[in-house]
Amino acid sequence: MHIPDGFINAPTSLAAGAVAAGGVGVSLRRAAQTLQEKQAPLAGLVAAYIFAVQMLNFPVAAGTSGHLLGGCLAAVLVGPWAGALCVSVVLLVQGLLFADGGLTALGLNIVNMALITAWGGYAIFLLLRRALPATRTGVTISAGVAAGISVVLASLAFVVEYATGGNGGAPVGTVVAAMVGVHTLIGIGEGIITALTVGVVLGVRPDLVYGAADLQTPLVLAPKPGDPAREVS
Amino acid sequence: MRSSNLRIFLLGGLLVAIGLAMLVSGFASSSPDGLNKVAEDHGFATTARQHLFENGPLAGYAVKGVGNDRLSTGISGLIGVLVTFGIGLALFAVVRALRSDRDGSEPTRAP
Repeated sequence: MHIPDGFINAPTSLAAGAVAAGGVGVSLRRAAQTLQEKQAPLAGLVAAYIFAVQMLNFPVAAGTSGHLLGGCLAAVLVGPWAGALCVSVVLLVQGLLFADGGLTALGLNIVNMALITAWGGYAIFLLLRRALPATRTGVTISAGVAAGISVVLASLAFVVEYATGGNGGAPVGTVVAAMVGVHTLIGIGEGIITALTVGVVLGVRPDLVYGAADLQTPLVLAPKPGDPAREVS
Repeated sequence: MRSSNLRIFLLGGLLVAIGLAMLVSGFASSSPDGLNKVAEDHGFATTARQHLFENGPLAGYAVKGVGNDRLSTGISGLIGVLVTFGIGLALFAVVRALRSDRDGSEPTRAP
């Protein structure tokens, strides 16, 4: 979903750049307040993992592929603020080193693939968690479904940008239908990859998962012989 | 104990990322992605301009000068994973240093 230079005109790209800069600034401040010490290196790993998985385009329809966006995945693992930063780092590396995603479109791409998927995806994740049982399975399913929907949200964000300042004169109505259609399919892949990844991390180190912090069982003191275990705080 | 577990977890995760970027990337679909396909189908693909770094050493997830496609993609993936991990570690170390409260107490977490 990386927008190259040229699809969207300069004023719209510039405006998106301002929104992206503001969003990254907010994310930096909020991440500084919420990111736990042990999660800082995890956030670096999440960025590297998203870079790797974004290389793995999977086929979705005749002659079309999709890849993970990863914002919702990152938000569930390290929180929406650090999560948005993870994807922004990936987009920066891709734009500067790999010529993937236009430099003038970096703001557009950060808005669509980092901010909307991390923040929007996490908001949907929280709503789903309220509806589903507070178990690891509930967290995994919520993460997967929210991630899938976040891809459609990102595709809608592109449509808004195209309607505002798109080049090439394609009718917005047909662009909406085409973008939402194909990104619903890509969202299914996003959901599966996100659920698998969250499920594995919950299995190995559930204490590291930001979006499952409430599932942590309290520390239990080793019981004295014949004495029932007591919970601490 | 806990911190060594964390190191093992991070190392394992990094190896998974490297494996995906180096080995699995060669099997990725080369079809255009959703946005590019829509752009082709609806006539605005031609508005794309060449990337400023189109001729960079890693442009297009290929290492300049490496003839074998799969090897070229794999090495570019390895470099990308390591660079992203390095920048991520540095960024989030800075983010942690930005904390306004220095008393070391952990904030309560969502959700």
